[in-house]
Amino acid sequence: MLDLELSEEQQLLQDSANRFIEREYDFADRRKAANLEEGFRRSAWKTFADLGWLAVGMPEDQGGFGSARETAVLMEAMGRGLVVEPYLATVVMAGKTVALAGNDAQKDELLGAVISGDMLMSLAHGELKSRYTISHVETRAEGSGDSWVLNGHKGVVLNGDTAGRLIVSARTSGATQDEDGISLFVVDPKADGVTVRGYPTNDGGRAAEVKMENVKALAILGDEGKAYPVLEEVMDRAAAAICAESLGLMAVLNDMTTEYAKTREQFGQAIGKFQILQHRMVDMFVALEESRSLTAVYMADVDSSDRDERRYAVSAMKVQCDKAGRSVGQEAVQLHGGIAMTDDYSASHYFKRLSVIARLFGDSDWHLERFADLTR
Amino acid sequence: MQITYTPQEDAFRAEVRAFIEAECDPAARERVQKGLALKKEDYVNWHKKLATKGWAVPHWPVEHGGCDWTPVQHFIFEEETGNAGTPPGVPFGPEMVAPVVWSFGNDEQKKKYLPGILSGEVWWAQGYSEPNAGSDLASLKTKAVLDGDEYVVNGGKTWTTLAQYADWIFLLVRTDSSGKRQEGITFLLVDMNSPGITVHPIITMEGGHEVNQVIFDEVRVPVANRIGEQDKGWTYAKFLLGYERFNMAGIPSAKRQVRRLKAIAEDQGLTNDIRFRTKMADAEIQIITLESTMLKMLAAQAAGKDPGPEASYIKIRGTEIDQMMTELTMEAVGPYVMPFSLKASEEGWNEEPLGPEYAAPVAPTYFNTRKVTIYGGSNEIQKNIIAKHVLGL
Repeated sequence: MLDLELSEEQQLLQDSANRFIEREYDFADRRKAANLEEGFRRSAWKTFADLGWLAVGMPEDQGGFGSARETAVLMEAMGRGLVVEPYLATVVMAGKTVALAGNDAQKDELLGAVISGDMLMSLAHGELKSRYTISHVETRAEGSGDSWVLNGHKGVVLNGDTAGRLIVSARTSGATQDEDGISLFVVDPKADGVTVRGYPTNDGGRAAEVKMENVKALAILGDEGKAYPVLEEVMDRAAAAICAESLGLMAVLNDMTTEYAKTREQFGQAIGKFQILQHRMVDMFVALEESRSLTAVYMADVDSSDRDERRYAVSAMKVQCDKAGRSVGQEAVQLHGGIAMTDDYSASHYFKRLSVIARLFGDSDWHLERFADLTR
Repeated sequence: MQITYTPQEDAFRAEVRAFIEAECDPAARERVQKGLALKKEDYVNWHKKLATKGWAVPHWPVEHGGCDWTPVQHFIFEEETGNAGTPPGVPFGPEMVAPVVWSFGNDEQKKKYLPGILSGEVWWAQGYSEPNAGSDLASLKTKAVLDGDEYVVNGGKTWTTLAQYADWIFLLVRTDSSGKRQEGITFLLVDMNSPGITVHPIITMEGGHEVNQVIFDEVRVPVANRIGEQDKGWTYAKFLLGYERFNMAGIPSAKRQVRRLKAIAEDQGLTNDIRFRTKMADAEIQIITLESTMLKMLAAQAAGKDPGPEASYIKIRGTEIDQMMTELTMEAVGPYVMPFSLKASEEGWNEEPLGPEYAAPVAPTYFNTRKVTIYGGSNEIQKNIIAKHVLGL
């Protein structure tokens, strides 16, 4: 039979994550962290390192452990806490890219620094016109061997303004949307010709526009022109990770909404006594539980060596979680009423994060089309 | 659809259009069209321009300064101003308190308050909701106690839109708590400069300052500022809630948003994306469906008939369409909904945009528009009203 129980190790990870969120990551802390110049607390990042979270999904040779399910366990807890630290950017995306494409020396150097918490990384892949098309790369790299020069503009690079190293995708051959001809490079954001324009995002995080003018890359990562499968896998892993995050976000909103409905009185009774609102809260509950079921059963397929199996699972999860997140987020605001419109009330921030998640790593239409193609 | 207009109506449309072109500040129109934040002057300047033309409050009775227009002329005016993206009217003075003043106020009050509203000199705010009186407005607790020829007001109002600009506020206060909740409410007009009033901003989730909490601490209000009788304020407030003027439920603005959405979709390469195109088509059909409701009401009105029960669901469908459009725009923009740039909506901001130039207001507008199904009687309350009064349930 299908075993969906968490292993002992996964259970420990979940306990430690939930404990951290409960004890050290309340909404007031999160707001303070988001308002810092870097958009998060370095001290929290240090704790992540101490707890071993930065090693999750990393290769065992570099001291890593676990994979998609472990990442999901952490991401769900981070959703509960609306965590702003660059876990998705550094570990799930850039870290995994290095793990998949780098040689041993690169993995030792870069992943070692990530796992110890000493360095942050971001994957600079999306561009002004790329939307969700993974192969859309206009940024160009010219050169050979160890010497490469990059030109281009990378957009909405998550936490790109605090990264110690950028992993940049660039075209070394082919036309703008060709899958072939994309390569990966390690870039020092302080190198000549790199402009990093950081900014806050609408969900309380940080991102950056990264422009490169004749930038010398530190190294090429992986085989020249063969980065597409790596990027596709990393985008799938990122999509799966934010699906897990959305479970945490939805759980908090559902709890807040039912709690509010029990205590908020209008017309002489708790609004939770009104049947119309009860049914809607039941729908919110069902939306979350269905998302939980689907992700519980399919999350492990993210690790599948069969590309189609992975894509099938990820697209199904993203469609379901986006749909559920949309309805839970919008209904949570509506059922609360005016209070959830305010910046001071945490529900609005959960709603905003869910709204942004739906626009990342393939929206519902994109995943529906991919799923339809896979099941033709 | 065939709407025939008389030559006079065509001429009127041309006149409205020409007036907008000549008099409405293009910068303000651009802010409306791009969904950027409006400044107080944007509202006031346009209102004043309209006032000089005699068009500031067309729906008012003629004797107070309204226009002697046919329903079709009102329709044309709404269509042209909405289409052009002129700043919207501020509802609280011209739409809300004025009808109460001319219907229930005494002559002195009419003389004192209506001219300032008509000219745009005086900005009003609405003091209805309280932290514990939202959908259930009659549970309000802000108290007024008569002391000589003054009321002493204590309490607080919330969600007070643009109170930071307000010169005056109309208030519902409790003057008696012994009987039914709807009895014992009094309608007061209060000068915002009165000692004891403080306005506290409420920042909404998109980062804007649109609403406020207004606290009243021993605020003295002359009895002369009371509308009608003490304890009868609920009657006046209900009249105001039921005061229906001809309104287009934001149809011209929704159509304007469709045009903008199509331009964004084209820039995002979605022109040939059948999934997105069918969603835009569906949106457009919803908009012309609601417009048809409006036109049907207009035709009934023009024929001198009762507009029928349609009026009741216009708020519901209008707000749903508004939210649908902001959500579709999010979808069209894609990952570039992420950059947060409050400053990008301010005057004089001329930095390079983060991503496409149209992206900055898209997520904030989506977030902010969640309010429209909550305020002014949430859509759940609207449905209760229809169930009771239209369906007789």
